[in-house]
Amino acid sequence: MPCNEPLLSIENLSTRYGPIQALHQVSLEVNQGELVAMVGANGAGKTTLLHTVSGILPPSGGEITFDGQPITRMASHRIVGAGICHVPEGRQVFPPLSVDDNLRLGAHAVRGEKEWVESTLGEIYELFPILRERAKQTAGTLSGGQQQMLAIGRALLGRPRLLLLDEPSMGLAPLLVEEIFRVIQGLNERGVTILLVEQNARAALGIADRGYVLETGRVVLSASAEELLADEAVRKAYLGY
Amino acid sequence: MLDQILQFVLTGITVGATYALVALGFSIIYNASDVVNFAQGEFVMIGAMSAIAMSAGENGLSPFLALPLAILLTIGVGIMLQRFAIAPAKGASVVTTIIITIGASIFLRGVALLLWGKDIFALPHFSGEQPIHIGNATLLPQNLWVMGGAALLVIGVHWFFNHTHQGKAILACSCNRTAAQLVGINVGKMMMIAYGLSAFLGAMAGLLVTPITFTSYDAGVMLGLKGFSAAILGGFGNPMGAVAGGVLLGLIESLSAGLISSGYKDAIGFIILLLVLFFRPSGLFGKATAERV
Ligand SMILES: Nc1ncnc2c1ncn2[C@@H]1O[C@H](COP(=O)(O)OP(=O)(O)OP(=O)(O)O)[C@@H](O)[C@H]1O
Ligand SMILES: [Mg+2]
Repeated sequence: MPCNEPLLSIENLSTRYGPIQALHQVSLEVNQGELVAMVGANGAGKTTLLHTVSGILPPSGGEITFDGQPITRMASHRIVGAGICHVPEGRQVFPPLSVDDNLRLGAHAVRGEKEWVESTLGEIYELFPILRERAKQTAGTLSGGQQQMLAIGRALLGRPRLLLLDEPSMGLAPLLVEEIFRVIQGLNERGVTILLVEQNARAALGIADRGYVLETGRVVLSASAEELLADEAVRKAYLGY
Repeated sequence: MLDQILQFVLTGITVGATYALVALGFSIIYNASDVVNFAQGEFVMIGAMSAIAMSAGENGLSPFLALPLAILLTIGVGIMLQRFAIAPAKGASVVTTIIITIGASIFLRGVALLLWGKDIFALPHFSGEQPIHIGNATLLPQNLWVMGGAALLVIGVHWFFNHTHQGKAILACSCNRTAAQLVGINVGKMMMIAYGLSAFLGAMAGLLVTPITFTSYDAGVMLGLKGFSAAILGGFGNPMGAVAGGVLLGLIESLSAGLISSGYKDAIGFIILLLVLFFRPSGLFGKATAERV
């Protein structure tokens, strides 16, 4: 297996909302098996970046390559089909549908492989027993933390080769944040490649191999997670000490 | 008197079943795409008129071929409506899309007028015209076709949305388009399925009821309005509410035509609709909270 080529490679990516340019020539790489964190403050462009990778937003310039294939202007459903699964900011579960239906919809792209779907569904229920308990309830009745688990489970059922996570800690109590990050770390240890986007720099860099810092749509720093955690500017801006 | 009322009820349910199918089409499209499709009535007309046109004359097709072809044609029109009129207006306001669908309905009526003129047409009854007596009330076999057909279609639609992956994927698109895209659902395709399904329901309504009510190039106007009213009566966006609203509207009209005056039946239907909206803005079976955020 040629490992010198990154799984995801983003080069000079720019994205605009009409006249507003939200991303300015962003470049980053995620290698097979890595957990990469992208930290940035409110409005830095983190969600815009992930939406562009997933094909929700069209880029105004630059290239995205996944596993050697250009995916820059591919339709979102084909990007998911290629193996990029996205846990969106704010969970975005389907409230009127049951927990079980939400998870199964996550397998939309791979629903033909029934055995794989059923066994993975079992694994998700092992990972998050509360979801099994609530399988028949509508997703709208779940708490924020449970919805986050559901959103992660839903993305895992898409059989991700790369998992994109958008602020999984948002709005969760500290204990829950810890639990969610333990799960993310566990997934990475089991071989899932992850790009994690977070405002919570401490928690994200705490489990990441490498990190990038995004400020007003530009990558301003990129280093190993330890280096970033030790970096004076990062500590001041994102860690609050 | 009681016999008469039974007669009105039977007629009302038949007409109401047609309204129910149109109303169901309205809700499916509204749920899937937030579009109020005022061309829904035209689907009914196209289904009926094209079946009549294809089976007419010496060289006409047999009904066994003409009816399925008419259904397919109507589905095609529904999909094209989505593809070429609605999809390009992505992100447009509700008012804009309403204007688009009204435009589409005028266009479709115009085409029908050009093709078939202003004449009134009928389809043959499916299984004879021998009346069936229930007490002193009578029923045509075609009434049973309408009621039974509509009931089967409603059950089928309910099953589709509650028990199939495709159906749930359409629901997912309607509750959160972006999230649906992010799980790999091809939203455009789901929209085409939703429009095709609504068109299919319209065509079926047209084929079932035209032997009794006849049709013409502009028959879709009133049916569309009635179906829209029924959907509102039941609670817009609630498919089974729309069905109930349709049957109810048919009953109200038939009873007021019979007991009061047929000249007032439409007016009474709309007055009851206004009253319901006044006291329950979200319709009879809608959620109690009326606001859509
Ligand atoms: N739909 C939109 N239309 C116009 N501008 C937008 C839109 N969405 C985001 N923006 C702008 O783009 C910039 C980046 O927003 P983005 O949501 O990507 O930031 P973020 O890093 O995800 O922030 P947060 O941490 O709050 O989620 C912001 O300045 C924002 O105001
Ligand atoms: Mg964001």
